[in-house]
Amino acid sequence: MDVGKYNLNENNILNFSPEEHEIAIATQNLEVFYGKKQAIFNGNLQFERYRITSLIGASGSGKSTYLRSLNRMNDDIAQVKGKIIYRGLDVNSPKINVYEMRKHIGMVFQRPNPFSKSIRSNITFALKQNGIKDKQRLNQIVESSLKDAALWDEVKDDLDKSAWALSGGQQQRLCIARTIAMKPDILLLDEPASALDPISTSKIEETLIELKKKYTIIIVTHNMQQASRISDYTAFFHLGHILEYDKTKHLFTTPKITATNDYISGNFG
Amino acid sequence: MKTKIQNRIALTTIRIIALLVVFILMFLLGDILIAGVPHISWHFLTAPSQSFTSGGGIGVQLFNSIYLLFLTLIISFPISLGAGIFLAEYAPKNFLTATVRMAIEVLSSLPSVVVGLFGFLLFVVQMKMGFSIIAGAIALTFFNLPLLTRNIEESLTAVPDLQREAGMALGLSKWRTVTRIVLPEALPGIITGVVLGAGRVFGEAAALIYTAGQSATNIDFTQWNPLNSASPLNLMRPAETLAVHIWKINSEGVMPDASAVSAGSSAVLIIAVLFFNLLARLLGNALYRKLTATKNR
Repeated sequence: MDVGKYNLNENNILNFSPEEHEIAIATQNLEVFYGKKQAIFNGNLQFERYRITSLIGASGSGKSTYLRSLNRMNDDIAQVKGKIIYRGLDVNSPKINVYEMRKHIGMVFQRPNPFSKSIRSNITFALKQNGIKDKQRLNQIVESSLKDAALWDEVKDDLDKSAWALSGGQQQRLCIARTIAMKPDILLLDEPASALDPISTSKIEETLIELKKKYTIIIVTHNMQQASRISDYTAFFHLGHILEYDKTKHLFTTPKITATNDYISGNFG
Repeated sequence: MKTKIQNRIALTTIRIIALLVVFILMFLLGDILIAGVPHISWHFLTAPSQSFTSGGGIGVQLFNSIYLLFLTLIISFPISLGAGIFLAEYAPKNFLTATVRMAIEVLSSLPSVVVGLFGFLLFVVQMKMGFSIIAGAIALTFFNLPLLTRNIEESLTAVPDLQREAGMALGLSKWRTVTRIVLPEALPGIITGVVLGAGRVFGEAAALIYTAGQSATNIDFTQWNPLNSASPLNLMRPAETLAVHIWKINSEGVMPDASAVSAGSSAVLIIAVLFFNLLARLLGNALYRKLTATKNR
């Protein structure tokens, strides 16, 4: 696809020109430490709005750590330094209300983790906690978010059944529905399909491609085909460094550095 | 071939051991029930006890046991819930919390007679409560607290971290995540622990002999003002429980039908504890279904 003007800087990191691209979220000099061990060095990335961006790299390359830092899910276990700019605010500042922020920057995890409640309550639970009491409105949100997550047709007659009665792929789509019911801006997905079979995986991928019309999606994946199938941009992580960030098409066909080439062609240790 | 035989031997051994355990339990239960159940009647369950003549019942003792249990739970449950939540969800790993954990462990292995004597010296004598229900309830709280705290902590820890992350990622505060997601999921385990603990408390004698006392004063079941000294609800009256009663008639009972009263009381006690266990299971499952909207566990 045509993404307009952009340039790669000397570190092979794509920079958007603000006139042509709307930037949903960006990090500046993000560094993450687990105790004394540094897991992310110099994280500078911009994410374009209504696009899917993949974060790829070997296990331990820091891509999940980076993703989880974006909505401060690492607060308790790691030290995060640097800036995360979202709507002109630094999300990483101690003054930010993290609970409010997470309603704007939602997250779906690697393993499906529905609550041990009914399908309906899985979606309405957090909404009710946020003070939405109107039954009709709740039902509307349940329906629209399940439709957005491409799950509605499969569960519309079983909304009061336990979420655990669903298959793994359905559970994961329920988790996506639950997250988008909060009407976030940005959807962070941490290997959402790695625990699923190929059919469920392709359903999730189709869902994501639909969802990018309304949401900015950042996805960590181990699956190179997945990254090239669904994402517009891809960032390659290696040992805590972001070595290359480019349009997916370019990164997969003409990588600028050998490490990227080695990884995407499978020549990697 | 060899592994097959090994497997069969191991399985058979385990089965025999399991059967043995079941058999011993059944034998004990059967013996107590066969000896005691014929003596149980409505009169026996409701009449006051007699010290020197036959025909006494256990009405007061039964009420005392239930009332004491109720008080103990009211005191110990909120404390252990708070402690359990703190230890499972909030406690940092440091010297202080390690010490607290160790203290709980030590407390849980304290012999109940020591708890009783401690309660006697501190509450009955020092704080001038006298032999009273409240002193007994506090002693039983000491006895129940560590187990209950441990049980709540473990039930909470058993809930996968993924559930906490799910709640946090939806913008819920940690407190809400704990109370609205983690706690409901842990509730069946907690309820089971509470009711099983209740069974233990119900059968406890040693901790009560010197705290709640060994005398069943006559109480007036028409007087429900807790401040009246004859009221069943009065906290300051001495209260012999069923378990203490059994101990007492076996050690110094002089009524002609002592052995029959003892057997009947034991049967009632056992049936009550069985009932608690059954209740624990039913309640735990029912709650789990209600909270998780699942058909079955």
